Amino acid sequence: MKTTLFKWLDSDVGHSFRSSPAALFAAAIALVCGLAALFAPWVAPHNPFDLATLDLNNARLPPVWYPEGQWTFLLGTDGQGRDILSALIYGARISLFVGLISVLLSVLLGVTLGLLAGYLGGWVDALLMRLCDVMLSFPAILIALLIAGIGHTLFPNAHEALAFGVLIAAITLTGWVQYARTVRGSTLVERQKEYVQAARVIGVSSLAIMRRHVLPNVLGPVLVLATIQVATAIITEATLSFLGVGAPPTSPSLGTLIRIGNDYLFSGEWWITIFPGLVLVLIALSVNLLGDWLRDALNPRLR
Amino acid sequence: MLAFILRRLLQAVLVMVTVAFIAFMLFQFVGDPVSQILGQDATAEQVAEVRAALGLDRPVWVQFGHFLYNAVQGEFGMSLRQGTPVATLIAERFPATLELALVAAALALLVGIPLGVYTALRRGSALSQVFMTLSLLGVSLPTFLIGIVLILIFSVQLGWFPSFGRGEVVHIGGWTTGLLTLQGWHHLVLPAITLAIFQLTLIMRLVRAEMLEVLRTDYIKFARARGLSDRAVHFGHALKNTLVPVMTITGLQLGGLIAFAIITETVFQWPGMGLLFIQAVTFADIPVMAAYLCLIALIFVVINLIVDLLYFVVDPRLRVDHASGH
Repeated sequence: MKTTLFKWLDSDVGHSFRSSPAALFAAAIALVCGLAALFAPWVAPHNPFDLATLDLNNARLPPVWYPEGQWTFLLGTDGQGRDILSALIYGARISLFVGLISVLLSVLLGVTLGLLAGYLGGWVDALLMRLCDVMLSFPAILIALLIAGIGHTLFPNAHEALAFGVLIAAITLTGWVQYARTVRGSTLVERQKEYVQAARVIGVSSLAIMRRHVLPNVLGPVLVLATIQVATAIITEATLSFLGVGAPPTSPSLGTLIRIGNDYLFSGEWWITIFPGLVLVLIALSVNLLGDWLRDALNPRLR
Repeated sequence: MLAFILRRLLQAVLVMVTVAFIAFMLFQFVGDPVSQILGQDATAEQVAEVRAALGLDRPVWVQFGHFLYNAVQGEFGMSLRQGTPVATLIAERFPATLELALVAAALALLVGIPLGVYTALRRGSALSQVFMTLSLLGVSLPTFLIGIVLILIFSVQLGWFPSFGRGEVVHIGGWTTGLLTLQGWHHLVLPAITLAIFQLTLIMRLVRAEMLEVLRTDYIKFARARGLSDRAVHFGHALKNTLVPVMTITGLQLGGLIAFAIITETVFQWPGMGLLFIQAVTFADIPVMAAYLCLIALIFVVINLIVDLLYFVVDPRLRVDHASGH
């Protein structure tokens, strides 16, 4: 593990990583957020879901640098006396979870469909690409909102697992198109190459050719795209949650926290909504920077 | 070219029918109109009677045809929550959304294009660097957060601008406009900026990239060699040629603005279609949802068609290529 890390740092990509301040900064932020989210129960000073520890006397406390601030609640508390910092860490955990899962699922779906379309051609290709055309002519957030809205209407009192299922489905079903297009394009190129023809001649099945031979050669651009899409997915999740069709209030994501905090904006308690917003922007920005760097680092023409 | 237009038209019709079918399925799966009308303890005969009266005993395809027939005439039934015809509700809300989107589009263009040109021409300057960094931030900032921050600064802290509603509006026939009153403009400032920022950064980056591309071409070098002034080269030759892709994107973005207006309208409680849709989702108001779905699809399909056609009008090369291609 250690040696592979050193090897990587010594490689071309590793070198460009070390010499890019933006990439280092972004990786540091992403690492801190990721670790805090992963180990939320140990990192967070309070358990925001334990109703027994909530005390209304602690409600709406400002951050610690205000005169009324308390050291136990570094970033203040919300309207129910919940510690903002802890809610943030748990919220980031949910946001990252939903974002990563939906990107993973849309990569799976998009790559599979793109491979099939590119390799099989014919009506499969025509049908899938028309569908992509149509979906790309609408903004992704609109499609996600419509799916989430319809899901919300179909299951008005859905329990948590179902609510998250709808949310993840909404983001996944809007994200796959880009992967499908990219993979189809590169598959069309790979299909003509000699190694694929050779494999076909010696009688390897289409499925095996796609999986074992074409797939590894078309995954490069998908990696870059997926990194950038993580930021998009997290923002989409936050937007849906902010609009009330995303994460349920019982397990609030960053977007839900911003939605809740928005009600306190006019009474001057800015910290309830601004801190979750700040974390959201930091995560999105660092993922975007990492994606930009990865695109440049993997593109030999730019070296 | 005719074949191209026909193919696009066919695709547009297909999209509309698909969206209409989704909207129709919403009615099928959510709620049971018969039990809503009759209540729990109705006899089987009563149920059958009402089903027949509503046309629910007919095959699904016949019902869908009926739905399409009504939808084409803008007839989506009554809103479950407000008890008024959906068409009236949408017609009331439409002007607010359209005005917001148009003002935001104008703002994005009027600020975005000059910024793009500036950052392309003065590539190394410190100010350009600042603009480029800010634009990266603009892409990473979610729309609703921009709105919240603007409200916090300019409404709550400074008290310069109102944070919700349209203010005073003037009725002209069936149209309500806030653009004729000072108060209306006052209310429009923050929502329009919120909606415009994302498009603005997009247009700025696009213009910059296109300008840099064009400035490298031979005809710009030749124009310089002819001794034309910088001004003539930059604005007469370079900018003019960057505007084709900018126009396309802007056209498509107008639809995007109407979609993103859902978020902006929620933040600012702007009484437009987007807010209507979100409220409909919260209350499971199916007729309103279905109507909004169909309307927004129609707007997008029409905009896409117009942009496709504009390509041919604006870029003579396309017409030639296409003619020689056949």
